[in-house]
Amino acid sequence: MTAPRDDILANIRRSLGVSGAEAPRRANVATRLENAPRGLIPARGQLGPAARVAMFKEQAKRAQASVTQVARPQDVPAEIARFLRDRNLPATVRIGADARLTAMPWSETALEVSAGRSDGGDPNAVSHAFGGVAESGTLALVSGPDNPTTLNFLPDNHIVIVSAVDVAGDYETIWQRLREQTGKGAMPRTVNLITGPSRSADIEQTLLLGAHGPRTLHIIIVGEPQPSGG
Amino acid sequence: MTVHTTSPQFKENAHEALRDAPLQKALNNMRSGFIERRALAAAELPEFERLRDSARDIKKHTLQHLDLYLEAYEKKVKAAGGYVQFCRTPAEANAAVLSICKARGARIVTKGKSMISEEMGLNEALIAQGITPVETDLGEYIIQLRGEIPSHIIAPAVHLNKEQVEADFRRVHTHLPKDRVLTEPTQLLTEARAVLRERFLAADVGITGANFLIAETGTSIIVTNEGNGDLTQTLPKVHIVLASLEKLVPTLEDVSQLLRVLARSATGQDMSVYTTFSTGPRRPGDVDGPEEYHVILLDNGRSAMLGGEFEDMLRCIRCGACMNHCPVYHAVGGHAYGWVYPGPMGAVLTPSLIGVDKAGHLPNASTFCGRCEAVCPVRIPLPKMMRHWREREFARHLTPAAFRSGLRLWAFFAKRPALYKFATRIGMGVLGLAGKRSGRFKSLPLAGGWTDFRDMPAPQGRTFQARWAKEKRAR
Repeated sequence: MTAPRDDILANIRRSLGVSGAEAPRRANVATRLENAPRGLIPARGQLGPAARVAMFKEQAKRAQASVTQVARPQDVPAEIARFLRDRNLPATVRIGADARLTAMPWSETALEVSAGRSDGGDPNAVSHAFGGVAESGTLALVSGPDNPTTLNFLPDNHIVIVSAVDVAGDYETIWQRLREQTGKGAMPRTVNLITGPSRSADIEQTLLLGAHGPRTLHIIIVGEPQPSGG
Repeated sequence: MTVHTTSPQFKENAHEALRDAPLQKALNNMRSGFIERRALAAAELPEFERLRDSARDIKKHTLQHLDLYLEAYEKKVKAAGGYVQFCRTPAEANAAVLSICKARGARIVTKGKSMISEEMGLNEALIAQGITPVETDLGEYIIQLRGEIPSHIIAPAVHLNKEQVEADFRRVHTHLPKDRVLTEPTQLLTEARAVLRERFLAADVGITGANFLIAETGTSIIVTNEGNGDLTQTLPKVHIVLASLEKLVPTLEDVSQLLRVLARSATGQDMSVYTTFSTGPRRPGDVDGPEEYHVILLDNGRSAMLGGEFEDMLRCIRCGACMNHCPVYHAVGGHAYGWVYPGPMGAVLTPSLIGVDKAGHLPNASTFCGRCEAVCPVRIPLPKMMRHWREREFARHLTPAAFRSGLRLWAFFAKRPALYKFATRIGMGVLGLAGKRSGRFKSLPLAGGWTDFRDMPAPQGRTFQARWAKEKRAR
């Protein structure tokens, strides 16, 4: 009996009427994987830096996230303290090892900060996004000790920091930036594209927030986008 | 086939469904919402129609080179420290999952939503080995409590009303106070969240499906709104991905094109809440994530569909738009179809996977209104393929004798145009006169299947052919 793998590949080739060795087919595949051609990019997100950030905000709010903007990284802890106080939430946050987060002046607030992954007992978590996507108000988060994936899903309230300069128009720009970090053809263990807080409409198509993941998603945009190209 | 099928009894199923009052109430709920939301999302994106072309072309290209993309994908998964197992049949796939679970001594397995798992009948296979599968998608959880299969590929419990869910929760969650209030969907959701949170944290293995697999990077992708799939795959020590061969796409750029049409077609969202890209297990330095990452790649008849008249069906990205827009699905719901995949996509796919002898009724359950093809994000010619199945069914003499003789009678007239014109004119005249007073028939001889559920309108004016000839002359 042949191994399932070889059997399946042989079946596919028989159905397609190919041997698998044809040079033009192999070239088609190699070229596509190497060049990764961009498809059709919606015009919606193709804006100058300021308009792009404005669209990101608008789209994220449409997906039921709340969004604010602060001028500098050192303003972030105070903004988080305000957000939690306004919503009557506990003044504690869980963060990863991201230097952009650990360098913030947490001690200037009354927030209790703990570090590491979540085991489900943390009401609030703070992550730093790799970037944002304006066309759909989506955040891109990358796994690792800096921003553990459990922080994105277990806490009730997820607060995500994104630098204004990292807000792209489209997903393709995010992939290009990732490749510059990880090399072409490699990926971080997990990339989470997050658009709004968790929800379900499984009971009578009634849309409810807070299914299994965070009930609220609060986005803090830091700084201004580079003033270039409009 | 491990999954029990009632597809051969489609007609009986459909009759029962039409008389099922709670089902009809639930279906009434879903008829307009999905359609309106998709239409709005499509209208808001000027490039939507061209993105559908792009999505179709990407899938076509991938299927034409599927052997090579599978090899490239497998290489990348291994390079990232993951494992890939090719499985020809559901039995092989179940055995592969069980052997991974046993190696880890798994007792509780959490599951994200996976239609491949339904195809495999995996839950039964796990239970038989003393392993407890826990469905974590809210809809899947509800139907698991009821011992049912999904009635919709993205809204598995769409056939239920909240009162039914309340009764199930009270029956199963016996550790909670009896006097708690569970009348609103939000109370039901809160209860399910709390119950399932404990299961997420206790699970030994997490099993998810995959919306896409990326050859360029060896990545699997899940798309969810609840976040259940992410908790399923992040918390346990082992993550198993169940996918069928046709989930492959070449690159991150290609999957971005498909994502732009997927959520819009499914729920009318620009993007679903969580689109998660997973590549291999935990990396050095990681403080969370699975220690093992396995991909089970199921064929189950798909390799034989390539190169034939049903190849286009393999483009399907499982958005559910075809069933959301289908008048037959709206009337009878998903369970009547009798197997894993309902609606128009199921009517084409099910005969391919379990045989036209068992599922021959499904391609006949269509009015050929064409709405499914009109909304399909990858432009699958669903009505054309249902026609192919009808032809095969006829050629294999699987259709009933009365139907065949009726068709033969029709063919006799259709081959003789003058006689056909004459006979239809007489027939219409008679029916028109007989139904003149009320304009409709409450019952008709030989047409009880129609008039039991709705009136037959009485014909008015002249035949289609007569009008056609007249209007042609007038031009």
